[in-house]
Amino acid sequence: MTNPVKVRLPALLVALFPTAERLLELEVGDVDELMNALDARWPGMRDRLCDSTPAVRRHINVFVDGKRAALTTPLRPGADVFVLTAVSGG
Amino acid sequence: MAKKAVVLVGTKKGAFILESNSRRQKWKLSGPFCEHWPMNHVAADAAAGAIYGAGGNEWFGPAVWKSTDLGKTWSHSSKGLAYPEGETPVKTVWSVAAGHGRIYAGVEPAGLFASDDAGETWRQIEGLQKHPSRPQWQPGGAGLILHSIVLHPDDPKQFWIGISAVGVFHSADGGKTWQTRNKGTRADFLPEGQRYPEFGQCVHCLVMAPGKPNRLYQQNHCGMYRSDDGGENWLSIEKGLPSSFGFPAATHPRDPDKLFLLPLNGADQGRYPPGAKVAVWRTDDCGAHWQDMRDGLPAEHAFFGVMRQAMATDSLKPAGVYFGASTGAVYASPDEGAEWTCIAENLPAISSIETMVVEA
Repeated sequence: MTNPVKVRLPALLVALFPTAERLLELEVGDVDELMNALDARWPGMRDRLCDSTPAVRRHINVFVDGKRAALTTPLRPGADVFVLTAVSGG
Repeated sequence: MAKKAVVLVGTKKGAFILESNSRRQKWKLSGPFCEHWPMNHVAADAAAGAIYGAGGNEWFGPAVWKSTDLGKTWSHSSKGLAYPEGETPVKTVWSVAAGHGRIYAGVEPAGLFASDDAGETWRQIEGLQKHPSRPQWQPGGAGLILHSIVLHPDDPKQFWIGISAVGVFHSADGGKTWQTRNKGTRADFLPEGQRYPEFGQCVHCLVMAPGKPNRLYQQNHCGMYRSDDGGENWLSIEKGLPSSFGFPAATHPRDPDKLFLLPLNGADQGRYPPGAKVAVWRTDDCGAHWQDMRDGLPAEHAFFGVMRQAMATDSLKPAGVYFGASTGAVYASPDEGAEWTCIAENLPAISSIETMVVEA
């Protein structure tokens, strides 16, 4: 890998996929590719993070280098990506 | 061989399981399962020994959960459980049903999906969305939900569904085409003169009598009904009940004339048991007469609701009857409603109750 994107996943998501990791590095060019790469490693994970619109789910936040992102947001080499669960529920 | 009674509980914060021997006096609770997801319906595929949980999570969307070891381990999938791109996405799964080697899932917004590989992958039964009434479907209080799936016991191509607030539909060709089945059911919330439409009724729960596939019962927002012709015509059977409003209905496991209900006081009166005194109402003659059964149930100050999928019977003899309250209590009768005990309390709000009987 040259300069992969650093991705941090929320604990609640990782709990749904027994072999998943909280922190990983991926070579992907945008958030959509990131979701597909996650799904390739842990089948079904894209469905947990994205709906069929297609879009990032309403109560999931993806931050790229500190800014809230959409599926089309590009990822520079070495970008920091945080996938977070929004405040929700009761 | 000794039998074990298993009660499956779907709640707003996960699934729970209660187990007892065939006497059904002492119960052991396990859970919460399914990572605290809201589980709208947890039901058994008795033939395969599997448990399926229909749910949806605000963060992670809809999925059907599955356990083949009585809840010890669970998996989940929503592969294929989606509408085409650009349409309103599936929000949550509301109901599951197993039969003829297939699993069915009803979702919100209303649609029907099927799985031929025990819940690993799903495909939409698209014919329902092509019904001419589809553009006019309106949601009920809980949303536009497909909550009842009734499978024909002998004919795998035939099934009935219930959608709030759209009504009952029947398909005889495996879901390619659908016909409305609402004749004789009221929609009191529509203007005078329009209260018996072809569709738009708020069906709350649809069940089939055992051994009599043409006999259906439905608890509706506006009345209690029976059909003896597969839903072609519905007859009001609410005379003798304390209220025409309620959510669940549970058939007896063997007697097609017996049915259990839990009427609530009314749609706009708080939706708790009439007089705040809890009673299960039973008919032994397919709705001609009703008997209240309240021995052991709260006799005062009971302001809970019981949701559309939160009542069930088991297949033991005599049949057990169970219901779960919005306050998180599960009540059980091991003798067809004669005597009741609370077998779990302080659970999250209960969405569904189903049963299975397994070898001990």
